[in-house]
Amino acid sequence: MADTSGPYRILVVDDEPDLEPLVLQRMRRAIRSGRYQFVFAQNGVEALETLNQDDEIDMVLSDINMPQMDGLALLSHIPDVAPDIHAVIISAYGDMKNIRSAMNLGAFDFVTKPVDFDDLRITIERALSNLEAWREATASRERLVALENELDVANKMQQSILPTEFPKQPGFQIYGSMIPARVVGGDFFDVVYLDNGRIGLAVADVSDKGVPAALFMMASRTLLKSAAMGLKSPREVLTEVNDLLYDDNDAMMFVTLFYAVYDPATGEMTYANGGHNAPLIAHVDGTSTVLPGTNGIALGVMPGMDYDERTISISAGDTVVFYTDGVTEAVNEDGEEFGMDRLQRVFTGQPVQDAGAWTQAVFDAVNQFAGNTAQFDDITCLIFRRSET
Amino acid sequence: MAIEFQRNEGTLIIEAAERVDSTNAQRFLEDLDAAIEPTDQVVILDMEKLTYISSAGLRVVLQTAKTLQRQNSGFALCALSGTVREVFEISGFDQVIAIHPSQEEAISALKG
Repeated sequence: MADTSGPYRILVVDDEPDLEPLVLQRMRRAIRSGRYQFVFAQNGVEALETLNQDDEIDMVLSDINMPQMDGLALLSHIPDVAPDIHAVIISAYGDMKNIRSAMNLGAFDFVTKPVDFDDLRITIERALSNLEAWREATASRERLVALENELDVANKMQQSILPTEFPKQPGFQIYGSMIPARVVGGDFFDVVYLDNGRIGLAVADVSDKGVPAALFMMASRTLLKSAAMGLKSPREVLTEVNDLLYDDNDAMMFVTLFYAVYDPATGEMTYANGGHNAPLIAHVDGTSTVLPGTNGIALGVMPGMDYDERTISISAGDTVVFYTDGVTEAVNEDGEEFGMDRLQRVFTGQPVQDAGAWTQAVFDAVNQFAGNTAQFDDITCLIFRRSET
Repeated sequence: MAIEFQRNEGTLIIEAAERVDSTNAQRFLEDLDAAIEPTDQVVILDMEKLTYISSAGLRVVLQTAKTLQRQNSGFALCALSGTVREVFEISGFDQVIAIHPSQEEAISALKG
């Protein structure tokens, strides 16, 4: 601890009137330099009153034998009135019984009479240094708790924006879910209701983790939703969201985003891809293919980017599997990645299930594969299935 | 994650190894920042020994690219392994950051 800090306010409690001038005389250098300030009380009652009124006091230096309230009784009251200070007691030489009692009552240290002021200086400095360390630790702990609360808020925020109700229509089913990693991450998915019964489907992954990523995710999701409502084609939506995210993005955060629009009138799905993993399409005959790629970079990095789009026909019974890399990059105990092949195998040769059951099947396969390996990324799966009739 | 670097006549070659993910991306950024000098005209990030890079790692590469753009230095990646290359391809960052098969090709492309 630096000697320049302070002033430290020390409350000296003694019923003998000659201690006050002695302390002021022997500690005059430290008083003059501004390191110590002394206040005095005659007994425990007065000391408690002073502690109640003066919350600047850092330390109590107290005699034991005093009228009205002795030093031991004072010690027992200190935690109630001033929990963040240290107490040092002054006892008669060899009075081990009282010294032990005082230590057990929470005294930091003791000095004996007659007071050796060199020893007292060392004792005070030790007590103050320990007090500083203790206060610093308390403050760190409070900051940590505040940070954990913040992360908790970010976590809840992330979960709260995800759809939990999915459209129930005869022509198709949609179901999506996200399993967050322990640290708040940046996956999200969305289902947007457009004109003429068209449905927008989005899955996205924000770079990095933590509160900044969560905020960037919120911005991405809001911009996507408003662009999706206002614009016809997925490529236009991505172009606009990209430009808006790019503004003021000095931290070089980015989001990979796959956005598709399904039109129940035609059975066609039009999509554009901003640097995201291409979805899988599982056919009713048990085979599966990766959706043909379109050019496009992750959003938020470069302004004025063009995105390609494609339109495919979704056959009756086809299932489109949107996911984030938390699925394909989940690792097992041998360090292997789950990968595309295993994801495809979830759907290969399996009896057709509804969208919710397929989503669960993907999560089960990933969990089983990962075993006891900690999940370090959000795992998101959004499934669209066109009904068979 | 580990990096090693060597400098030769204004060309800085940084070799990154092992994994870069969200647990060490910040250190990766700090290490790159510490290695790069304003006087470096050409910076090449060799990823031959890098086995994995997450989106947090990609962000660090982008931040480095932006820093170097600001100081008018050339920047390229080289020798990307299969999975690392895939990450750059999927995210589309191969369209905005120069990628070459080897250090030699990266140097000759940047030095003209």
